[in-house]
Amino acid sequence: MPIEIPKDKWPGKIRTVTLGATAAEGGTRAKTITVGGEGTLPFMHFETPTPNRPVIAIEIKDHKPDDWSPLLVEVWGEAMNDPAAWANAAEAAGADLIVLALSVTGLDGKPTKPEAAVAAVKAVLGATGLPLIIFGPGQAELDNELLVPVSEATKGERLALGICEDKNYRTIVATAMANGHLVTARTPMDVNLSKQLNILISDMGMSGDRIIMDPTTGALGYGIEYGYSVMERLRMAALQGDAMTQSPMIVTTGFESWKTKEAKVGQGVPVSWGDWKERAINWETLTTVALLESGAAIVVLRHPESVKRVKAAIEELMVAA
Amino acid sequence: MALSGIQIYKLLPRTNCKECGFPTCLAFAMKLAAKQAELSACPYVSEESKKQLAESSQPPIRLISVKVIGYEVRAGNETVMFRHEKTFFNRPGIFVKVKASEGEEAIKAKVGAADAFKVNYVGIDLIVDGFAVEADGADASPGSAQAFATAVKAARAATKRPLILVGKDPAALGAGLGTLSGENALLYAANSANWEAMTELAKQHHASLAVSAESLDALADLTEKVKGKGLEDIVLDLKSTKLGPHLALSTQVRRLALKSNFRPLGYPVITFAEGGDGRDSVVAAQAIAKYAGFIVLDRFAPELVYPLLVLRQNIYTDPQKPIQVQPAIYEINNPKPESPVLVTTNFSITYFSVANEVEGSGLPAWLVVCDAEGMSVLTAWAAGKFDAERIAKTIKGFNVADKVSKKRVVIPGHVAVLSGELEAELPDWEIRVGPREAVDLPAFMKQAL
Repeated sequence: MPIEIPKDKWPGKIRTVTLGATAAEGGTRAKTITVGGEGTLPFMHFETPTPNRPVIAIEIKDHKPDDWSPLLVEVWGEAMNDPAAWANAAEAAGADLIVLALSVTGLDGKPTKPEAAVAAVKAVLGATGLPLIIFGPGQAELDNELLVPVSEATKGERLALGICEDKNYRTIVATAMANGHLVTARTPMDVNLSKQLNILISDMGMSGDRIIMDPTTGALGYGIEYGYSVMERLRMAALQGDAMTQSPMIVTTGFESWKTKEAKVGQGVPVSWGDWKERAINWETLTTVALLESGAAIVVLRHPESVKRVKAAIEELMVAA
Repeated sequence: MALSGIQIYKLLPRTNCKECGFPTCLAFAMKLAAKQAELSACPYVSEESKKQLAESSQPPIRLISVKVIGYEVRAGNETVMFRHEKTFFNRPGIFVKVKASEGEEAIKAKVGAADAFKVNYVGIDLIVDGFAVEADGADASPGSAQAFATAVKAARAATKRPLILVGKDPAALGAGLGTLSGENALLYAANSANWEAMTELAKQHHASLAVSAESLDALADLTEKVKGKGLEDIVLDLKSTKLGPHLALSTQVRRLALKSNFRPLGYPVITFAEGGDGRDSVVAAQAIAKYAGFIVLDRFAPELVYPLLVLRQNIYTDPQKPIQVQPAIYEINNPKPESPVLVTTNFSITYFSVANEVEGSGLPAWLVVCDAEGMSVLTAWAAGKFDAERIAKTIKGFNVADKVSKKRVVIPGHVAVLSGELEAELPDWEIRVGPREAVDLPAFMKQAL
């Protein structure tokens, strides 16, 4: 019997957002990355075609971090000592774009200086042609101190600057607007707070196609379902026509999953946890896959093996029935 | 989808005889629709009407139970497309598959190891739900049937948990089923060639039956045929190989059941998670999030099963009921009066993160768990449910001062901003700010306290 498949028809669409600028566009990127544009729930190609696949960003830092899992230190090796080398290694590992997360302190233990941050960003831009996202260290004053000079020094490159939050977004948004960049805007797993921050940023004059939403990511076992459901609700609100939820979403699954004991610790853990490396990779990969299902457009990962597996997953998810 | 009062009325005798206790058949129909009356009150309703009324009150996705004494895996009875609409109810069973060709000894060893597996997550013991045995002999020979029977016996000897028997040849599957008794296995699978024999087998052995076809149309036709032979405990095999098409089909099946009340596909789905280089983990993860009722893994490895079981717990948690622990003073590693006092919230993940770290370090501590309505530290603080007033009230309410020789309390690093206010609330206490992450607690306790 021919079955009538119930198909959703939505009035709204996710906005299309492009990161990076080529020479023709005023930047130095070898290519740009475009995300968003979907007119239906994630991967429902049978309803409307999915114009842009989710993309994978690899997170690197301005210098070798002292608190990352030993498994990450092992796999990246020497490259961790130099952001340009690390960016090259990340590109070789299959990244679609790079997230450069600036550290709170330099190797000397003192707060990172603006000149050092700018130097790191320029080094990465010189080493790779991939589009770039810059995260500040996550402290309001320091974020502003570092991101403004970075933004000015890279005018025209169409970077994304983050992380804007309700406590600290004005300076970052202003400098992004002045220098042709985008922003990522994070709220703590709440649909209304997401809308609110997008409204505040839009009210400053930032165009909608330069905002990426970060709903906050919880790792597998440590709150993943809260983010997962908020993302499903945000996507549905967007498709129903709410313009303030129509930005593509970024999730920081690498940061969250590698923070867990399951990923960081190999000794003194239950036997039932199994092999450390495979467990850690699974933690990052499966957190990411679940959040792809709930609508992530940009996933930020740390381990090359997770990148491989997630890339293969995205490839399969983009196959229409 | 339940029938409306008017729809029910059309199926009643419509004589208004009042013997049901209601003045008219319409009144009785309205009560039935509201589930405030029983159909049995009407002595005159026709058999045909009884059948239709029974059908319409069936859940959109049939509840399938695969069970054996002491153990049951249930799937079905789902009511929503998205967990945030209400909740997902029946966690998909996770089964580990062995093949007949592996031989008795290997099967016993594999099944035994997976059967013994247990991992603790926020105070809950997670286990593998059951096992699948595959009749992977090449032909439909008596030898194959015997080999399969031996394999099933071997599996059953190594586990008490429910079984799925996997194969195409009814003779082999029959031989396997023949070694089991007093249980309700799941038989995989009926197809267009073998469905009659498989249906008989399932009926004979009180098993559920997975049904397999190349398209949803063909699948719906086949389930109707199976049902026509008197077997309704059906499970659907969607047969897709790639994640994208499988997601589409799983979603379509769930929508057909919930939105269209399409009975021929109103059954739980079985998914085989296959593929090397971690592909099987990804297939299983999608299945957990997206509507699977039974998930069969090709291999058993703790580092694979642990994260999948945790993901399943997370996705299937009722969003309305965050798991919480009881607010109290928890004693970790036999604390003495001079041991430090730590404060945290009563969200299960928070509590277990902190408690496990301290426990694992061997360092003694008094862990004061505040009622933050089951929220994590940051969430509770943002919501105004974890502030200086509450912490002070908890410390005083539990008489922590009586237990300790030194009035000093450590608050979580994420709420460092509260330390000033807390000093005001607890003037004779020293307030210390601990690390933001539980994993940094042991180092903090050794160096800073």
